[in-house]
Amino acid sequence: MSEEGKFDAIVVGAGLAGLAAAYTMAQEGLEVLVLERGEYPGSKNVTGGRIYVSPIRNMFPELWSKAPLERYIAHEEVCVMDEKRAVTVRYDGLELGTEPYQSYSILRGKFDKWFGKQAERKGAMLVVKSRVDDVIFENGKVIGVRAGGEELRANVVIAADGVLSFIAEKAGLRQPYNPANFAFGFKEVIELPRETLEARFNLQGEEGVARLYMGDATKGKFGGGFLYTNKESISLGIVVGIHAMTEEGVQVEAPQILEDFKLRPEVARLIEGGETAEYAAHVIPEGGLKAFGKLFGNGILVVGDAAGFSMNIGVTVRGMEYALASGYLAARTVIQCHQKNDYGAAALSQYEGLLKESFVMKDFENFKESLHALENPRLFTVYPRLAGNIMRDLYEIPSGPKNKIYPTVKKYLSFGELWSMGRDMWRLMKI
Amino acid sequence: MSNPIGLKAKLGLDVFKHDKEPHITIKAGMSGDKRLKKAIIVCPAGLYSENGQGEVELTIDGCLECGTCLVACGQEVLEWHYPSSGCGVQFRFG
Repeated sequence: MSEEGKFDAIVVGAGLAGLAAAYTMAQEGLEVLVLERGEYPGSKNVTGGRIYVSPIRNMFPELWSKAPLERYIAHEEVCVMDEKRAVTVRYDGLELGTEPYQSYSILRGKFDKWFGKQAERKGAMLVVKSRVDDVIFENGKVIGVRAGGEELRANVVIAADGVLSFIAEKAGLRQPYNPANFAFGFKEVIELPRETLEARFNLQGEEGVARLYMGDATKGKFGGGFLYTNKESISLGIVVGIHAMTEEGVQVEAPQILEDFKLRPEVARLIEGGETAEYAAHVIPEGGLKAFGKLFGNGILVVGDAAGFSMNIGVTVRGMEYALASGYLAARTVIQCHQKNDYGAAALSQYEGLLKESFVMKDFENFKESLHALENPRLFTVYPRLAGNIMRDLYEIPSGPKNKIYPTVKKYLSFGELWSMGRDMWRLMKI
Repeated sequence: MSNPIGLKAKLGLDVFKHDKEPHITIKAGMSGDKRLKKAIIVCPAGLYSENGQGEVELTIDGCLECGTCLVACGQEVLEWHYPSSGCGVQFRFG
């Protein structure tokens, strides 16, 4: 420690962003304290569950070979549902099935606990069951935190306390929550014997499947259902926009959406015989670039979900890579500050520069219109029905003569409908 | 389908460490506020309900600490902080 009882950095929250920061700083010999309010890292953390490893592989070169990930995703599926029909598109093949695999299913209870141990092994000090209640200011600068009545001081505080980030709020870096910028997810982990799971999903070895459900899965509301296969369980759940749930159309209570989703025959057969082991929920920041607060202040950096680093671009929904990368880049910033012994606001602002040079801000810049394009109710109502209608017309053999296909399909495409589709397309082209 | 279980039973599968004080409370005089009705719709644990007087009530047991109610209803109607150190839900799978 640079002075008596003073850490180089205090990290609030042992999630992916916080642990990535702690791991990276400790590796360079900095004195790092991680404060986690739960019983162990991961005890408060939830994912849908899949992590894309490609963009962050080289930031943590030692990590991946032993990481407790579940299955590599070798089969990508999207299922578009209306009330009584489902159209599924499956994408797989040799490319997705070849190392290095781009994504894995993951359970955070296991992963974060392990990642915490790796950070400790690098020299970080991890204190669990420690809720941070406040940040301490001195002359306009954050100089530490208050936890359990104790004052803890550091050259820099890293707010890695998740999507609600009370730390960023107390430091004056975050605006009040706008429900339009947030979704929430709730899921069950359903255990199945490994052999049953692999046979049911036609998986070989460590292969896994990711399946997203659009349309009736969320009663036509902005969001979707998801299914990921883990080693010996299935993560099954729903993500839906908070604004969409309370402001649009028919109001259905959230738990009922998941129950109805489980009863869909397309889903029910996949979880048959399984035993639910846990039920979890989490808020997801989806507002992107336009919803970010300040990413740094005097003596403080904000990382991961706390900074709003999560993104929905339809078939890929990401957050954990941004958490790991932002934690890593915050650490790189602090390491530089440490070397120059300058923790001033200008030195800490390097963090934003590093984010902009990285895939993190480039992605958020590229996809800044994505939320607006996707929160179009027609995508979750009109199109799933249309897909079902067209499939029925193609496949149905009625008791009498079958109509010509093109005129049948054409009747769905009135001038007004084509005009609306054009508008939807125009919105989607911004993604 | 997996064995159908109710929401209460589902929450019973989770590990909770009891906190002395509830970590979410409806602010004084706000239980009739219409913003709170949103919590009934969104709470994944079904902890909010409306009583005969049209007021919203909250049972804290089974809270998953997701924060959806806070984002949906706002800080004017809900007093919301995390449970005390080591308390509340402890996810084993997450």
